[in-house]
Parts: sequence; structure tokens; C-alpha cells
Amino acid sequence: MRFGVVVFPGTWSDCDFHYVISEVLHQPVKYVWHRDRELADFDCLVLPGGFSYGDYLRAGAVAGRSPVVEALPAFVAGGGVVLGSCNGFQILCEAGLLPGALMRNECLQYRCQSTHLLVENAETVFTRATRPGQVLAMPISHGEGKYHVDAETLAALRRRNQIVFRYCTPEGQVTRAANPNGSLDNIAGVVNEEGTVLGLMPHPERAAESALGGTDGLVIFHSLLGSLVEDGSFLKR
Amino acid sequence: MTAAEPKVTVDLARGLGLTADEYDHIIRRLGREPRYTELGLFSALWSEHCAYKHSKTFLHRLPQHGPHVLQGPGENAGALDIGDGWAVVFKIESHNHPSFIEPFQGAATGVGGILRDIFTMGARPIALLDSLRFGDPADPRTRRLVEGVVSGISWYGNCFGCPTVGGEMAFAPEYAGNPLVNVMCVGLVRTDRIFRARAERVGSAVFYVGNKTGRDGIHGATMASAAFDEHAEERRPTVQVGDPFTEKLLLEACLEAMAAGAVAGIQDMGAAGLACCTSEMPARSGTGMDVELARVPQREPGMTPYEILLSESQERMLLVAAPGREDDVRRIFAKWDLDAVEIGRVTAGPDLVIRLNGEPVACVPVPALAEAPRYEPPFAPPRGLGELHAFDPLSLPAPADYDDALVGLLGSPTIARKEWAYRQYDQQVGINTLVRPGSDAAVLRVKGTRRAIAVTTDGNGRHVVLDPRRGGALAVCEAARNVACAGARPLGVTDCLNFGSPERPEVLWQFAEAVEGIAAACRALGLPVVGGNVSFYNETSGQAILPTPVVGVVGLLEDAAQHATQWFKGEGHRIALLGPGEVSLGGSEYLWARHGRLAGRLARQDLEVERRVQAAVQAAVGAGLVTAAHDCAEGGLAVALAECCVSGPARVGAEASVGAAPRADHALFGEGPSRVVVAVEPGRVREFEALMAESAIPWGWIGGTGGERLRLNVGGVAVVDVALDRIEQAWRNGLERHLA
Repeated sequence: MRFGVVVFPGTWSDCDFHYVISEVLHQPVKYVWHRDRELADFDCLVLPGGFSYGDYLRAGAVAGRSPVVEALPAFVAGGGVVLGSCNGFQILCEAGLLPGALMRNECLQYRCQSTHLLVENAETVFTRATRPGQVLAMPISHGEGKYHVDAETLAALRRRNQIVFRYCTPEGQVTRAANPNGSLDNIAGVVNEEGTVLGLMPHPERAAESALGGTDGLVIFHSLLGSLVEDGSFLKR
Repeated sequence: MTAAEPKVTVDLARGLGLTADEYDHIIRRLGREPRYTELGLFSALWSEHCAYKHSKTFLHRLPQHGPHVLQGPGENAGALDIGDGWAVVFKIESHNHPSFIEPFQGAATGVGGILRDIFTMGARPIALLDSLRFGDPADPRTRRLVEGVVSGISWYGNCFGCPTVGGEMAFAPEYAGNPLVNVMCVGLVRTDRIFRARAERVGSAVFYVGNKTGRDGIHGATMASAAFDEHAEERRPTVQVGDPFTEKLLLEACLEAMAAGAVAGIQDMGAAGLACCTSEMPARSGTGMDVELARVPQREPGMTPYEILLSESQERMLLVAAPGREDDVRRIFAKWDLDAVEIGRVTAGPDLVIRLNGEPVACVPVPALAEAPRYEPPFAPPRGLGELHAFDPLSLPAPADYDDALVGLLGSPTIARKEWAYRQYDQQVGINTLVRPGSDAAVLRVKGTRRAIAVTTDGNGRHVVLDPRRGGALAVCEAARNVACAGARPLGVTDCLNFGSPERPEVLWQFAEAVEGIAAACRALGLPVVGGNVSFYNETSGQAILPTPVVGVVGLLEDAAQHATQWFKGEGHRIALLGPGEVSLGGSEYLWARHGRLAGRLARQDLEVERRVQAAVQAAVGAGLVTAAHDCAEGGLAVALAECCVSGPARVGAEASVGAAPRADHALFGEGPSRVVVAVEPGRVREFEALMAESAIPWGWIGGTGGERLRLNVGGVAVVDVALDRIEQAWRNGLERHLA
């Protein structure tokens, strides 16, 4: 599978994703500069964590209007998939490629800690290697990760099974105490209607080697690798 | 432009922090009165902060050489060879004064400054550590400072993308008017790709790169070279404003330009900004520089040459291009949306010529700026030290309830867990962090090798005020011991020496003694000091801080997988105490936290025993013989054991016994050097005993792990028997409770 890791000014998880994709998963991977619009060389684009453009206006606001992000709808329409983590999730929301917004954490402080995620939808190309109700351990590191949508959109997200991950206890209970940032309904990750764009606040690339505390993040990549069929298109179901 | 320039007089010089003698010295050296801009150059470069006028004589006592040293003091940072073609570049620096005036920006720009020191050497920063000292947490002003400093560190480090993996936070009333913010940064670079702050080749283009210059931070170096009074607030304009996003771009652009071979020399514009770079770079190379200020990118119109030269605007560098590679420098910085403007040339010297629109506004011999006078004023021990030493802690009443005493100590602000702070810091970006904050030392892997490094900072002002020489040595020993507990061989030291005014004989005595102690410990442990920083004048209205040398140590693990953490891993493991038995309650955390006393004598120290204990711990961890290793520091053996029980992912109880002592609080809470608690699985006991015998150190089995309680016996009498739940509550919530 051909991965591209997008680099905006201020991105910092780019090297980490690159390392995991090439050194742990042994897949081909290239960096994609934020001014590039030519994306035909890739099957999956990763929008990594960081503070693109310093997040000075709103997190992801400037990057959400950059050339590479403007090229994403055509990339997705052509069969590509997009994984946005942390700042990448914020950018995808700002660009309107995913519903909702990410607001300042409820505690008003930055939070770097481990979290547990309940798999709500195990049928996306990003989660096919999981089972519904599985609990994944992945760390977060953000100041603006409180997911919010209006009531109508939330109902639609639920109806269409677009909520992929919710913060939970290690035992899989979705509780207020397990919610690290005050996200609505403990939502940690969502997909678009087509299931081809995933945004999540946690960092799967930081949970990819046992020496660093766990490998649950790899399941997202394994799902993607298992979803790519021989003609280069992705299995939807 | 020159119409508004003040007339240069001795009074003006004094107002800029120079003495009348120094002003005369300048006139003699130049053979004329200095011009206004020239006076500005001297006031900044001859400030204590830049010139080490009171400390240089003593700093020569520190060992600076060793087989691993690739770069010692005198550059942006020190560098050590860690094998496989890699070098670790590291340094610690203070940002105390700005952080008191404006805690958020003061701390943030402290992080920014030390990051630049590391990446100007060509290294990619991989870890930050913060050593913080504050006043009584009950004081609302302290809470404001703590919150501001921690959020400033969090903001800058997180946005930039370098993990904060360690440090310490301690509280004492002496820091109320002058908190300490010392930041250490560690980076990695290939040994053959280290860059230096040189301006060697005459005719080379000198580039200004990075952020634009504004009026912020003018006279920051001079401000950091004076004590505070009640007007400290008025100095807020001397604090710089940070922009971590621009710093991140500067990092990537600099490393890219270096990798492309377009850089010949580079220096961070830190204290004293452009003035410092344009004089220090040629001074190191025996050259000169000719610089046009009109070309300097400026944030606001109408800045005077004086302001442009002395601005401490952040995220800027001075870069000497490799011959013929000027266009590559411009192209790479443009890619990262940064200014890169050729502002001058390296000359044969000896003069630094500063121009505005072609007209010279300053023309000073480079060596003159580098030759600040050195001072060796008299020093003498403070009065009353003898009385402090004469105090017998055992004259105070023993605790009626030792459970309460231990729980109280665990919840005291200095000992309690610091998660409240470090959960605000990204600890993992870069995916190298094998051991996160909360153990004796952080451990980071070196990708592409089997190796890892362990890093830590340490320093205890209470020890140093009672016995500066022993206290200075203890700071080195404890930092090195922390690294050894992680399984690493300590390789080198960076130090940040925080003291009051050196113009007071008792402060200078403390400084001289502490440096002697640091030097002695470094020699005994074979550790070079490859860089650091002296911060004097840490006092407000005549009240000096506790003398606080903070020591950062970097250690090497040949095998990243063979590292240890401080917490117990399971039941049924045997517990050993390594090191000598001598402890003292003098200067201990217990004496302060429980009795509000700072007095007594420190326990004796044998540096050869220290060295052997560290080697033994490191060997035991390296051989996989121990499942936990933890240094006994503040709070003594009882606190160390309690931390072993509750600091890990799962709680593990323990029971331990120590021999008869003058009193149980002395045995449990007394502090002494060279002591380490380790846990050993039953199957490895024989091997461990053989290794200890070989190591020729004092040691003994003191108990075992298991159960839901911590039980401590002294001289056969059960003294502490407390549920882990209670211990954990006190220790985990202690800091937040004090700050709430």
C-alpha cells in the first residue's frame, strides 16, 4: 500500500507516522508537501498531528484551506482513503471533510495521557481488523480535542454508524471519567458518510511498538492493508 | 536618526548596568569616548549574564575533558559521542528573571532559547527537562507563577514538537520572590555533522534568518544581571514574546540548510541578540564583521541601531553561508516561509563595524567586547552557619504516629507526584520515549541503533545552603545515580548554577564552594561538564534564594531493552538497600515539611563508594537482575519505598526492616548519599548476591514485596503499617491539593 504523510508548516507527527509505516509495517511511504495537489501516487494519505500554522487562528483552520487539503475530495472520489490524527482530525473538520468541530479541552489544559477507545464501528476500512466492542489503548496529546456537533448531526452520525471510536475505561465502559477532554458522547473518532475519511484525536503511531507501551494503534493500519484489494481499490465492507 | 541619541556619560553607562571603572576601561580600550550604540554593545556583552565576570575564575575548576567529549563549554551546547556515529548535544539554561516578571512568556521563551542552542549545533532536539523552584504553594502569588510557568513550558514545547520527559519541581519560601526556571534540552546529531558558531572565512556572507526584530527584550541580558526590587513589574517590556511555530520552521530550515552543505557557521540570537552574535562569532575565529542594520528584517518602523542590536526578539539566528551557497540558503528559508537576508560579511578584523544606511554607527575591536573585566572580590562563609550546624534534629519531638508522618511527607508539595504538571506536556512526540516522567530518569531510544540514553536533572538548595561543597557534590551524585538506576552509564554533565548576588561575600563563598563540590564529584565519577549557565542576582529586595546548582546528566544504555524503572513489578520479590547506612535529618525534607526547620549537618559522603554503588546498580540493571531500582532522595528510605509501591501501573505492597537507629524518624526519613533500593526476583537472588560481592559495596536485604500495605520496622519494632490506598491518595493528589 502506498502511503503519503502530509507535512504542513508546524506538523510534528509526520516523522513518527513515516517511521511506523516504513520501519514497523514495511510499506512504501513518502512525505507530501502542503503545497502539492498531485496525489495520484498514493492509496492512503495521513494527516498527522502537530500545530499546523501554529494553530494560531483555530486549530487546523489555515491548513484546512491549503492546496493539499483542497485536493483531498478528488483524491477520495478517486478511491483513496484519508486518515487524520490529532491535528489531522482538526484539519479535516475545518475543511468540512468530516462533520463537527474540535474545541478547547473541557479542563482548559493540554492533556498528554493514555486513553482507551471502544470500537463502535468495526466495518470501516480503518477498523476491519477489529471486532465491535473491542477496547484499544492509544495515547492522546492535545489542547483542543473536545468533539462537538449539533443534536441533529449527532443523530445522523449515530444512524449512519459514523462514530468509530469512543473514549472508555480499560474495561470498555463509556463513562464521564474516561472522557479526557469533554467530547460530546465521548466521541474520539468519526468517519465520513462513505467511510473513506477517518479522523481521530488519539495517536495510533504512538501505539505501534511494544517497547513504547503497546501496539493497539497498528490495528488501524492492519485494517487498511487488509482492505486494499488487488486492483488497488478498497473493500468497503 | 542620531538627533535623539542620548549624550554618552558615566551616568548613562551606570544606568545601563556598567560601573564607573568599566566605563573608564572602555574609554582606555577605545582611546576615546564610546558612541551611544557602542556603549550599548559593551553594556550587553560585559553584563554578568554574557561575560561571567564573577564566575569564570571558578568555572575553570570544573573538569571539561573526557574520552566521549566532542564539544566542551564555549559553544552553543556541549556534545558527547554515544557510539554508532551518533552524538548527544545538550545544555541547561536558566530563565529565572523573565519568568518571575511574566511567568508564561518567561518560561516559554526559556524553552525556545535552549531548543535553539541545540539545533544550531545541527542536532534535532529529542527531549526537554525542566527544573523548577517556587515559593510556598499556599501563597496565591506562587500559584499564579506555577500555573503560568507550567502552561508556558507546555505551550512552547508542545507546539514546537519536542517531548518534555523530566525535571523536578520543588518548593521553599526562599524562592517566593525569585522562582527558578531551568530548562535542559537534549538533541541527537551524527558525529561528523556538528555545526559551530564560527565566522572563519573572510568574505563569507552573513545571513540574518528567522523572525523579524522588534522592540521586545531590549536589555534582557542586563536585566538578568541585577537583583529585583519592588519595581520588578516595570521591567515587563524586557521580557521577550515567544512564537513556537516560527521556531519549528526555523528548526526545519536550519537542519535542511545544514544537510545541504550551505552553512559554514551559525549562532542563536539569544541574550543580547544581534550584538552578541556579531561579536562572539568573529571573536571565536579571530576575524571581524561588517554589518548593515538597514537590511535587518524589522517588525516596526523607526527602530534605532541601539534597539536593533540589543533586541532579544526570539526565533532568530545569525548564519555564515558556505562559499557560493548563498542562493541555497535563501531558497531553503523561503521554502519554510522565513526571512533570510544577507546583512554583512566576515572581515579580516579586528573590528566589528555596524552601519546604518552605509554610515558606521559603531566600530569596536571584536576582542574588546570579548574581554570583559573579571572580578575576584573577597568571599567568606555566612555568619550563623555554625549555629545551623549545631542544631540537633533529634531535639525535636518524635512523631506520635509514624503512619501520619509518612503520609504527610508523601503529600508535601516537593515530594508529591508531579503529574499535574507533566500531563500538560507532550511526553512522546518523536516516538523515542521508553520511560516517561515519573521514574528516576527518562529513557529515550536512539532509532536505528540498539542504544538508548537516560536523562535527568537534580539539585537540592537546602543541602547546598547548609554545606555548599557537599551539597554541590550531592547534586552531581544524585543526578548520576538517577541515570544509573535507569540502567545507564553516566557520560556527562551540564549545570545551571543559580545563586544570589556575587557582590555579597557570603553568596560568592557559596558559589565557590559549590563549584568545588561539583568539580570533586565530577572528577570522582569521571564526568566532564560540557556546558551550562550561571545565573546570579537571584534575589528580590535583598533576599537571596537558596543557593541552587541544578545538575543535568546524560547517560548511555548499550541495550535499550535493558532499562529499569522505579516501581515494584510484582509480589514475592526481595528488596535490597545498596549503599552506606549513614543518614542525617539535617537539611532533610522531613525536617522542613514537618517541623519547618532548615538546619543541622548533612550525612558524610564517600565519592568512591558513590562511584561503586552507581556501577553496581548499572551492572545489575544491565544484567536484568533487578525488577526495580530507585534512588533514596528527599524523604529518605520510607518515601523511596512508598514510591516504589505506588508509582507504577499497578500497586504492590512491601515490608522492610532496618536496624536499630537513634530514633525511628532518623532511620526512615533521614537522607544520605549513595543509597538505592532495588527489587530482585527470587530466581535471580544468587546472581545478584555474587554481583554485589564483586562490586565491593555496603548493601543488605531489607525485605520483600507483596500485599496491600507498606510495613516498616526499625530495630525489630513495627513503626509504619499503612494501606497503599492511603499512600497513593496522599502522593497522587498532594500537589493539586496544595495548588488548589
